[in-house]
Amino acid sequence: MTPNFNRRQALALGAGAMSVAVLGSSSVPALAKNDADDAIKKFTGGKAAAQGRVKLDLPEIAENGNTVPITVSVDSPMTAQSHVTEVLVVADENPRAGVVTFHFSPASGVAEANTRIRLAKTQNVIAVAKMNDGSFFTASKQVKVTIGGCGG
Amino acid sequence: MAVKPRIKLDKKEAKKGDIVEVKALVQHVMESGQRKDSAGKPIPRKILNKFTCTVNGKQVFAADFEPAISANPYIQFKFRAEESGPVVLTWFDDDGSKIVGEELIKVN
Repeated sequence: MTPNFNRRQALALGAGAMSVAVLGSSSVPALAKNDADDAIKKFTGGKAAAQGRVKLDLPEIAENGNTVPITVSVDSPMTAQSHVTEVLVVADENPRAGVVTFHFSPASGVAEANTRIRLAKTQNVIAVAKMNDGSFFTASKQVKVTIGGCGG
Repeated sequence: MAVKPRIKLDKKEAKKGDIVEVKALVQHVMESGQRKDSAGKPIPRKILNKFTCTVNGKQVFAADFEPAISANPYIQFKFRAEESGPVVLTWFDDDGSKIVGEELIKVN
């Protein structure tokens, strides 16, 4: 290629290179994603989880990722015939996906639990509930994190 | 060092079938194993990895904690009051030790 570009060509070339750079960088977080999908697959045994019944209560914006309050509740009568057995919570961009697993039984009365978690950066928190009949329900919520909480 | 967990039941006495809410806070570093010290060496993981709650010896709630649980873990959950007895909360440390706390519930 001849080295003498006019201004327009130079700009076009620059823009092209920029867009390539942007595309390149956007694919990096996708690769850096942790094993959240695998963790969910392992939990459900490959079954698809339906949306609904699970309520995930998290702040929209967490100023301090070191301690983010989370409440998970599942709509269930919690009787011996129909109850929630386990709820898995994962965060898809923490160094490790697993956050917590709650174990319920009919003696729990209500399938609801609250704790405080660490989030490294802005990401989705996903809860998957396992029912005693073998069905799965899920919900997810994005939390914007201002200061990450993994001591990096 | 014995750590004393702080446990609170929303009621000390309940009618059979009532839902009782438990809130508990325990002091623990919950070292995630992801951090490095000033020399750049990774700090080994040390967390409470499991929590259980039994009422009269029957498990009503449990949780498996991962390093993503905050330091000084707080947990809140509920159970259905069936009979009077001790409500025992146990946290299991990575090093094999346990932190145990107990409250009494009276069911009328």
